[in-house]
Amino acid sequence: MPETFQLIPIAAQALRSRPIEAQRVSRVPWSQAAHQLAEGRLTLLGLWASPSAVSMAVLDGAHHLGLLRVDARRGSFPSVGRLHPAAQRLERTIADLYGIIPEDAPDTRPWLDHGCWGLTHPMGETAPQPEAPGPYAFLPVEGESLHQVAVGPVHAGIIEPGHFRFTVQGETVVRLEQRLGYTHKGTASLMAGAPVARGAQLAGRSSGDSTVAYAWAFAQAVEAATATQVPDRALWLRALMAELERLANHLGDVGAICNDAAFGMMLAQCSVLRERVLRTCDLCFGHRMMRDRVVPGGVAQDVDTARVQALVDLVAEIRATLPSLVALYDKVASLQDRTVSTGTLTEALARRFGAGGFVGRAAGRNFDTRKHLPYAPYDQLQFRVPCRSEGDVNARIWQRIEEMEESLSLIAQILARLPSGPIAVPLTPPDASREGLGLVEGFRGDVLIWVALDNRGRIAHSHMRDPSWFQWPLLEAVIEGNIIADFPLCNKSFNCSYSGQDL
Amino acid sequence: MRKFLIEGLTHRPLTEPAPGPADPALEKLGLQVQSAQHQRLGRSLAIRMVDAGSCNGCELEIHALSNPFYDLERFGLRFVASPRHADVLLVTGPVTRNMVEALRRTHDAMPDPKWVVAAGDCAKDGGCFAGSYAIAGGVASVLAVDLHIPGCPPAPIELLKGLLVVLDSAARA
Ligand code: SF4
Repeated sequence: MPETFQLIPIAAQALRSRPIEAQRVSRVPWSQAAHQLAEGRLTLLGLWASPSAVSMAVLDGAHHLGLLRVDARRGSFPSVGRLHPAAQRLERTIADLYGIIPEDAPDTRPWLDHGCWGLTHPMGETAPQPEAPGPYAFLPVEGESLHQVAVGPVHAGIIEPGHFRFTVQGETVVRLEQRLGYTHKGTASLMAGAPVARGAQLAGRSSGDSTVAYAWAFAQAVEAATATQVPDRALWLRALMAELERLANHLGDVGAICNDAAFGMMLAQCSVLRERVLRTCDLCFGHRMMRDRVVPGGVAQDVDTARVQALVDLVAEIRATLPSLVALYDKVASLQDRTVSTGTLTEALARRFGAGGFVGRAAGRNFDTRKHLPYAPYDQLQFRVPCRSEGDVNARIWQRIEEMEESLSLIAQILARLPSGPIAVPLTPPDASREGLGLVEGFRGDVLIWVALDNRGRIAHSHMRDPSWFQWPLLEAVIEGNIIADFPLCNKSFNCSYSGQDL
Repeated sequence: MRKFLIEGLTHRPLTEPAPGPADPALEKLGLQVQSAQHQRLGRSLAIRMVDAGSCNGCELEIHALSNPFYDLERFGLRFVASPRHADVLLVTGPVTRNMVEALRRTHDAMPDPKWVVAAGDCAKDGGCFAGSYAIAGGVASVLAVDLHIPGCPPAPIELLKGLLVVLDSAARA
């Protein structure tokens, strides 16, 4: 009888609190899981390699998470991307870094490896780079009166590097192809063999705008692997920082999106509020972006009553100002003209790619790890996960506005109910090699971090999956049929991380 | 919108006074610039920013320089889109090997005289990413650096102090 794949979900209580064990499957059920991804019965949460195996995190329809693993000691594994396009860039990455080949993969071009490292497969069987590779083979485009516009890696603004190849007909974009990997820093190689504290430092620098979310997800992963129980106050302070981070990013982005539609006033007003948030964070946590404040075992900094009051005042100020900014956005017709029905993401595509964060939620994929794979203290807090269906730039702006309102309410609740007690505990030393998984809802979406510790408590292997992995490809889709002048607007409304996806 | 415009006319601006004399450490790092160049530039510098592989934290604080509190442009410092219009190349991040060529080409495209400012701990020597196969090193491993502004990321006020040092040394004959 042929094997049939049946997902064995990780129990909700075990996720993030106990070491996890992957569901080891052979090649046939692995491919069956890939079919289920393609059929939409499962959603891909992550796909990564370690030197001898390939692992895949998936979510079923009832939001149960499973971790599958297939052996790759022969140097290959059955491609998931062959059936499910959302996996393709992740598989190209596995091939680049480990030399593990996805069999029958539709796209065998390198992704992060631009031929500049001087070596191949840095995480697997390394060999010196044979020769300088030829130019990257962009997908061919055929048709009448088409021309191409190449942008990047160095862009006109203050923005991370990446290359965009537009094929346009007149002003209309027929196809966008992205080429990323310019900020690849080889973080996973630095993590391998490193102590946990160093890992936390690196995790917090994967995508600077999400430093709290990353540090928290990393902390969750090692705390799960070591079955460490973190004190309540630490968890609440983490959530406080995470919501402040969400608020600051949404404020900055809403202003920047409007600025890309030449409405500078909104940027000026939003950037004032953003600066106020960052200054209050600096006052309360000793760093404007709260970097290195979430540490494995707890948090690095407590807040006293004066600081709690400063945060209460901040919430009051933003609550007093935000409605007039929202009204400003709502009432300027020339601005709406640019954002409404621009860069529309369909719900079907958002679901297929498992797009998280405001990108998914603005297009009808209602998923938020704080709600659907909950972790403390969110299970004890009142909040709504806004969701809408239009999927255009306008929807993403409204989505962010509503998420800011929820964050303000969460911050107020946390400040009112902050439990007392210690803010950190030492990690329980592991007795054997163990794995843990962390999942945190950052401002951009769900950050997934997998860590395998060795029996001395050092990091053996790790993987950090930025939400952008499942959002970048959608940006290629939504720009199609829009005018090229609207690209900055679409791009900013997604605001995917380059550094986070480049690893 | 009227409300915001009226407020803009009736309220004092949020912009804060310029930071005092830069701290001696920065001063010491100040640039040696030939007098002929100062005269040509006056008190204005155009800055081209290149992210050579940062985590994007440094960019966020560079963005903040343009908010009403710091208002970079009042000093005659402004960001430009093309390296051909730039006097200063502001570089962040550990320089990834994938970015070496783009960084070098951007610098090559700038007219003389030009300065290179490296911002952030990573830009100094690769920071916490140093030693990776994918990292070439700090900015100095690719270009001659005139000034380094430390921090992870440097706070806007530190960036401002650093850029004013560049401006001052460019203006001082
Ligand atoms: S210095 Fe810090 S903020 Fe800047 S790129 Fe490096 S890690 Fe990111």
